[in-house]
This record gives sequence, structure tokens and C-alpha cells, in this order.
Amino acid sequence: MSSEHRDHGRRDDRGGGRQGGGQGGRRFIRARKSCRFCADKVDYIDYKDGRLLGSYIPERGKILPRRISGTCAPHQRMLATAIKRARNCAILPFTLD
Amino acid sequence: MRVFEVLFIVAPNIEESDIDTLVTQLSDVATNQGAQIVKIDRMGRRRLAYPIGKFNDGHYVVFTIEGSGAEIAELERRMRVTDAVIRYITIRIDEDLKRAEKFRARRAAHAAASAGSRRGSRRAEPVLPIGDDEEGDEEEA
Repeated sequence: MSSEHRDHGRRDDRGGGRQGGGQGGRRFIRARKSCRFCADKVDYIDYKDGRLLGSYIPERGKILPRRISGTCAPHQRMLATAIKRARNCAILPFTLD
Repeated sequence: MRVFEVLFIVAPNIEESDIDTLVTQLSDVATNQGAQIVKIDRMGRRRLAYPIGKFNDGHYVVFTIEGSGAEIAELERRMRVTDAVIRYITIRIDEDLKRAEKFRARRAAHAAASAGSRRGSRRAEPVLPIGDDEEGDEEEA
């Protein structure tokens, strides 16, 4: 991936995090997240790979937001397109209940 | 020339041999229109994520087609009137592949450049490891 591309991923490392501690109510432990696709140097996300895409849909079948998964913007776009395509050909569900 | 990926799902009540004839029939439709079939991938029988019609599973077949795009219309028309095909989706992939290729080339160039600069010592300061950004800034200032 291009250098700008990777920079996006790195900036996102700091974004989001899990609430930790809880005593003060303001303490956040920022878990460092990084784009898995950048780490694996993925250039194209295949919509037929149900197992990969399945890890980005939580129990309602929605697309996992970037702030949770830490995916960089370019890869999130690719991922969203791939998930939508996969839904059309019954590889992924539209909804789950 | 454009590259397309045509995925279609064949109903599960169709015999294996009938699927073969259907696949050859459809690929003939595409080739007769002047397209070139690059690859035929039969992904086999899979569970559907949701029922289509009254079926809960189906045989997935993927064509990779190279052509102008006009033959896709005919192929889709044929699939629409074929009852055995319960779902189809056509995706143009040449642009995505080109982009992927570009990224790969740039990454290779980047790797080569950084390796070259380190060897040729064009950059005087050593390459800082990731995560030591602040420390590096202090040194520079």
C-alpha cells in the first residue's frame, strides 16, 4: 500500500479505545488498534471470502465501524463494498436476529 | 478491454451433470458474443446466508470474463430467464485489479528506495523505529 495509505492506518491507532478502570469515570485505556489489512498488505478485499468478511459483521449483521475495528479509511471503504456485494449473493446476511 | 466477474448461484435441486451443461451453455453465450472466458471457478455447494426463493443452499459458480461489456447484457438476460439460476451478480474488477497492482508496485518501489538509501547513506540520520516519534523530534529540535 502507498505511504499515505499506511499513515492513515497509523493515525487511527490512537483513535477509539476501550473504557478501562472506571473509578474516575474518565479514565480510558487506549488499546492500540491498527488496520489488519494494512498489516497484511491487502490490496483488494474479495467479496467471496465469507470467512474474512464475517469477522467484520457483529451479531446484527451490520458493518463493523472503523472506530471499533481500527481499519484505515481506504480499507474500510473496500471492506464496506465487499460486504455489500457479499450480501447480494447470499454469502453474508442482510440481517441477523 | 474490461474484466468482469460474474457470480451466479444454481438451485440445489439441479443435478451435477445438468450444472455442467448449464455452465458450458452460459460460457458459450459469452464467447459467442465475443468475450473471452478467463476462468471458470466452481465453488461448489454452499449454504446461503438467507433463503432465496425456497432454497437454503446453492451451487456457486464464478466466471471471469474479459470483454467489452456488451456480452454481459446477453449473459444476464439468459440467466434471468433460466430458472436454475436463482441469483447472479456481475462485478467489474479490472479497475480494482489495476489499483491493487499500483499499490503493489508502489510498495515494492518504496521498499527498494528505503533499502537503497540506507545502503547509500543518502539520509544522514538513522531511520527511527516506529513509536519513538517524540524522541526523534526532540533530537531534531
